[in-house]
Amino acid sequence: MSEVEAKALVDLGRSVVERAIAGGADVAEAGVHSGSHLSVKARVGEPELVEEAGSRALGLRVMVGQRVASTYTSDLSDAGRQTLIEDALELARLSEPDEFAGPPDPSVLSSQSEWADLDTFDEGVSRISAEEALATALRGERAAFDFDPRITNSEGASFTRARGVSVLVTSGGFAGSDHGTYASVVINPIADDEGGKKRSGYHWSSSRHYADLEDSQAVGAEAARRTIAQLGATKLPTQELPVVFDKDAARSILGLFAGCILGGGIWRKSSYLVDRVGTRVASDLVDIVDDPLLPRAPGSRAFDGEGLISRHNVVVEAGVLQTYLMDTYSARKLGLSSTGSAARSPAGGVSSSTSNLILKANTQSRDQLIAETKHGLYVTGMMGFGFNAVTGDFSRGASGFLIQDGELSHPVSEVTISLNLDQLLQRIDAVADDLDQRTAIASPTFRVSSMTLAGS
Amino acid sequence: MTGRYHAPFAEQGSHPVDADLANRLLRIALEKGGDYADLFFEYSVSGSYVYDEQILKSARRAVSMGLGVRVMKGDATGYAYCEDFSFDAMKQAADTAAQIAAGGQPVAPLGVSMRDAPSRYPVAVESLDVDGEVKKAILERADRAARASDPRIVRVDASFGESIRENLIANSLGHMARDRQPLLRFGLHVIAEDAGNRQSGSSGGGGRMGLEYFERQTPEWHAEQAVQQALVMLDAREAPAGEMDVVLAPGDSGILLHEAVGHGLEADFNRKKTSNYSGRVGEEVASALCTVVDDASLEGSRGSINIDDEGQLPARSVLIEGGVLKGYMQDRHTADFFETTSDGHGRRQSFRSHPMPRMTNTMLLGGQDAPEDIIRSVGRGVYAKKFGGGQVDISNGDFVFSLTEGYLIEDGKVTTPLKGVNLIGNGPDAMRNVVMLGHDFKVSDGIWTCGKEGQSVPVGVGCPTIKIASMTVGGTQVGGG
Repeated sequence: MSEVEAKALVDLGRSVVERAIAGGADVAEAGVHSGSHLSVKARVGEPELVEEAGSRALGLRVMVGQRVASTYTSDLSDAGRQTLIEDALELARLSEPDEFAGPPDPSVLSSQSEWADLDTFDEGVSRISAEEALATALRGERAAFDFDPRITNSEGASFTRARGVSVLVTSGGFAGSDHGTYASVVINPIADDEGGKKRSGYHWSSSRHYADLEDSQAVGAEAARRTIAQLGATKLPTQELPVVFDKDAARSILGLFAGCILGGGIWRKSSYLVDRVGTRVASDLVDIVDDPLLPRAPGSRAFDGEGLISRHNVVVEAGVLQTYLMDTYSARKLGLSSTGSAARSPAGGVSSSTSNLILKANTQSRDQLIAETKHGLYVTGMMGFGFNAVTGDFSRGASGFLIQDGELSHPVSEVTISLNLDQLLQRIDAVADDLDQRTAIASPTFRVSSMTLAGS
Repeated sequence: MTGRYHAPFAEQGSHPVDADLANRLLRIALEKGGDYADLFFEYSVSGSYVYDEQILKSARRAVSMGLGVRVMKGDATGYAYCEDFSFDAMKQAADTAAQIAAGGQPVAPLGVSMRDAPSRYPVAVESLDVDGEVKKAILERADRAARASDPRIVRVDASFGESIRENLIANSLGHMARDRQPLLRFGLHVIAEDAGNRQSGSSGGGGRMGLEYFERQTPEWHAEQAVQQALVMLDAREAPAGEMDVVLAPGDSGILLHEAVGHGLEADFNRKKTSNYSGRVGEEVASALCTVVDDASLEGSRGSINIDDEGQLPARSVLIEGGVLKGYMQDRHTADFFETTSDGHGRRQSFRSHPMPRMTNTMLLGGQDAPEDIIRSVGRGVYAKKFGGGQVDISNGDFVFSLTEGYLIEDGKVTTPLKGVNLIGNGPDAMRNVVMLGHDFKVSDGIWTCGKEGQSVPVGVGCPTIKIASMTVGGTQVGGG
């Protein structure tokens, strides 16, 4: 990413901040985003979509006294910027004073010399042409078809590359820019099952650096393997049983937990984890950290959405909740200090957020974990939105495999698994070592000693 | 022109787009030999207000605008967009999209002329033009009513969202059309607490209308709904697990139909033969009681549109009639494949996305049964009153839905409220198991947004009271329950 481009965006942000202050704002914070992407899709051996575009946008948050408003525009013309600023000032006068509103104290703002180089940008990603991208997708899809003759159709294979730069300029004196690249490949084959039923499966790889992206043929073959493995899936009888979540399913469980440890949900009392710091929220096998400083990771950033330095936060240690993740506002509401966990949306709003939230790996392999499970359900996919953050009640559709005598046996679908999340995390009795860094929320495979399965 | 926000590409805008300019851009788009091209100009403004802890805590507004250019060559699509309406930027987008057909010969588009469109959302005053104090007062009323109704209500937040979306579409078939789509959405969320037990309740609605919406559904009415739900849930017990009869309440339950049946009837999945409904037109795919339509013409409904995002004129599509599959929802591309005409289902989230077949207002029409008879007919089952959302696997119709408000039915009576209920099943199976339909058909209040391949569009749903014989209920109580 060119220094020149970042500097131009910082200058743009600074001019908006200055004009907002001149117009009567006491606090003004401008975020400017610029990015471009190429996205291609191929299906059954033919190109289906080539999409390419660049995009720029401005987000502004102002405070007049303790009245807060935010605006956004993709119209960066003079007139567009004028509307952005005028609307923000008008809306700020409409909103009502919030005694907890305010920018972070200038003394806690970070500066360039403190920012870590997180290696999130790879110039090579941007050089991939539409032709190469299509060839990559087509190779991946071909590998899926070649894997097994029962793969008879495809929802397609896609390849996406993107690059972007974000800058933040605040009237408190912060100015910084952050840039990154991203590449991904997704393959989605379909197989014919008994009784005319179709089974769709997928697999994907993504990375900050092109060199870290898994070969599309390997992704295609794995997608096909997963799809074929689900053929002949049946329900199971309703019962209580141990449940092993593979790392994809485990990650989505961790994602639910992530939504319950954010300062915004805590002061709103919309989390089952209100008043739980210092108490047991998971079994003692569970350690969870939020680490924005991991090189090349998807959620890495040198500073947070308010300009505070990024820091490694231990969220759960040996099953005990250590802290919530907070931005300045939610920290003030809770009488605590920001954990450097602010995220600023392109639209200008600021909230608390996770960066790279990771459930730490243990030493046991996934296969060992399955081998020591006599009877259970191995979950590879979940469906639906059955989670209530206020109570922790969890119930979702699941698919995967029955575990019999320590081995994966026949495929299972159309069942639901239920247990309150608080109980679920406390019943984790094994954690595997298969953690990877494809996603900003990541977990290894783990086992829950007992859950309710609803089936036939 | 009245009102404050207008598209730069409108007649009196800063960058007016007329037929000549559209033709010029279409010619560039087809320079490499594409079969078809279209231009989608969009200008959208949205506002939101959040009333929280008894103050108007946040007020937001956003402006987004641009041009999306699409070029098709066979089944392949080239897509590009730009965010300003300077000729150079628009030309570059057209050039980029044209590359999909690289190597071909230039094609001349048909000259475009403007199409007349119906007017399905006449709004006297657009919400964005109304003084913010008026909206603040509506939120305040909702907040006050919810707090006053019960001391166990410990938190209330109310939100209001408004938008307009102005489109101008031109394609190489010679069509040009304009639309201005207003949208309003109100939402109220409360938390009730009693002896450490915390439960939430919510209510919301809206549509393509102005603030007159609140004359029909007052903020106080929404407060009562949300509070009742939270209080009822304080007494909720664990849901049973296993197979049983399920009765769906009228209106909102249409979301189940939208997910479990509607998506499978979108023609793109059928063109690709990846839907469980592929190649089944004329077959019986539901109980004979079921007639399913998708109707873009309901006045003021959240899912209604005057023109689709390809400039086609949508109307009422009959999808299933008396249990027999009649047809799919088409966009322009799938219509070519099926050798039919688009019935106006080509929709897209914004100028940044290409269109695909999408639903508008999807409805299962009413039947003959009295709702109370339907409940009376159930020995033991679940009454599904409010849905939190759902998901479907298009390839085989498997779905999962979660309830935010559900009750046990025992001996023909609705009894205990249940928590953590999921309904899991298969779309075609569930439709075959529809054994009773109420005469109480209702369109849901406007709250639903549909996601597909990363694109969100507002939709409407509707249905009567429905009895489905035997569905898997995912609760935690194994056995007697």
